[in-house]
Amino acid sequence: MAVASMIPVQAAAKRLGHQSMRFETAPAIIASASVVGPREGQGPLGRYFETVLEDERYGERCFEQAESRILKDAVNAALGAAGWQETELDALLSGDLLNQTVASNYAVRNTKMPFLGVFAACATIAEGLLVGASLLEAGLAARVVAAASSHHEAAERQYRYPNEFGAQRPPTAQWTATAAGAVALVVPATGCETAGLPRITYATIGRVVDCGQKDPYDMGTAEVPAAWDTLVAHFRETGRDPAYYDLIVTGDLARIGSEIFREGMRRRGLEVGSRHVDCGVLLYRPEQDVHAGGSGAGCAASVLASYILKEMRAGRFRRVLFIGTGSLHNPVSIQQGEAIPAIAHAVAIEA
Amino acid sequence: MPDPEQARQREQAEFAALAAQYHPQPPLARNLAWAFVVGGLICVVGQLFIFAFQAAGLTATQAGARAAVALLAVGSILTALGVYDEIGRYGGAGAAIPITGFANSIVSPAMEFRTEGLVFGFAARLFSIAGPVITFGILAAMGSALVRFLLLGR
Repeated sequence: MAVASMIPVQAAAKRLGHQSMRFETAPAIIASASVVGPREGQGPLGRYFETVLEDERYGERCFEQAESRILKDAVNAALGAAGWQETELDALLSGDLLNQTVASNYAVRNTKMPFLGVFAACATIAEGLLVGASLLEAGLAARVVAAASSHHEAAERQYRYPNEFGAQRPPTAQWTATAAGAVALVVPATGCETAGLPRITYATIGRVVDCGQKDPYDMGTAEVPAAWDTLVAHFRETGRDPAYYDLIVTGDLARIGSEIFREGMRRRGLEVGSRHVDCGVLLYRPEQDVHAGGSGAGCAASVLASYILKEMRAGRFRRVLFIGTGSLHNPVSIQQGEAIPAIAHAVAIEA
Repeated sequence: MPDPEQARQREQAEFAALAAQYHPQPPLARNLAWAFVVGGLICVVGQLFIFAFQAAGLTATQAGARAAVALLAVGSILTALGVYDEIGRYGGAGAAIPITGFANSIVSPAMEFRTEGLVFGFAARLFSIAGPVITFGILAAMGSALVRFLLLGR
């Protein structure tokens, strides 16, 4: 192939097939932090979060600024845990669901952090990790933080109805999480102690898949074919199979999407079985009235930054495949009759 | 030669069929029961208002108009207190169709978009949900008035 032959020999060894990549330096996750809203704090993962808000507005004059502040808090907490100053950070890669990712933009205004905005809806944290690890692998940065946030009230009023409007939600609806997660990555050679830390070893870039699903109250289902597409490529191109991983984490297909996902994987000969968990299912208890489960860029980011990475550091999970899944529509495209295109990025994290 | 567009459509149809197997039916009986109870209770409250206004000496027509205004006030206040969205979550159409639902559809954007300012937030977005009801209500009124004029000449 003409294009493949243009990739330098050294790079070709890191590049696997059409979508996957291998990180020879295996960037280490030196710290992570999460800030969540009250409902998320009352969920089963409550004790894993650094900060749980007492109210959704967080003392700000609007929900958008509250989201910005929880994101900023999560990033600062990750920086603090890593022992880094703002000026030592080479890049912050962050995104959220608000138009033009303003929660991130405002969170970093007047800070010293070089900033790259990223967006892949609920898969934003996966994209941030993938791009951040690539910067480290290339030697273009030594310390990066990937982060993402969402805020229930801020997202509802943008994507759906005013919060006090009495609309009934169908069983497939997901609850946008009020949450932010930040993950600090470092090249192991930088001199800090990285033994035993979770490392990013492989990643698979997703493709945008449109399965024709048009219901904005059923995003989990819309994201399933994108998750299949990325995972089939990941296992084919890395030569691994699902049994290699202790945990296959999607974020966020929620309850109904997860069932369809597992059945489709089974039909593709890639049984994930009880290895599979979903951030949207993990974040809330069924009786919390969130219907199919959680969603939002902050859902996967906060679950990864809290439960998953803390349990990895504690040695409970050693090999984790994290797949961010995002619905890439906006309210205008839905009103114009378009279906919901979705994307899934996979990142392999191993301790 | 296989048509890629046809193959895509077949794939989408297969996916829709698989997904449908896992999609729970909305709890129709429960939703209907809640809608009936909630909608019915709102109507009972409206009727009590009518009785009260009639007892105060108003005619049936006058009492009906005032009862509607009273229900609008109740719907607005419950929205402001953050209660009406909870009623709507269970009541569904039972909470949306009565005039209290109309109040909720106007007061909720008024509260929500206040942060964008009095003119372009509050005022401009006030009818973002109720707007279509008013638009098509006016059109229907004009249409029926036209029919009446053509038939009766007045």
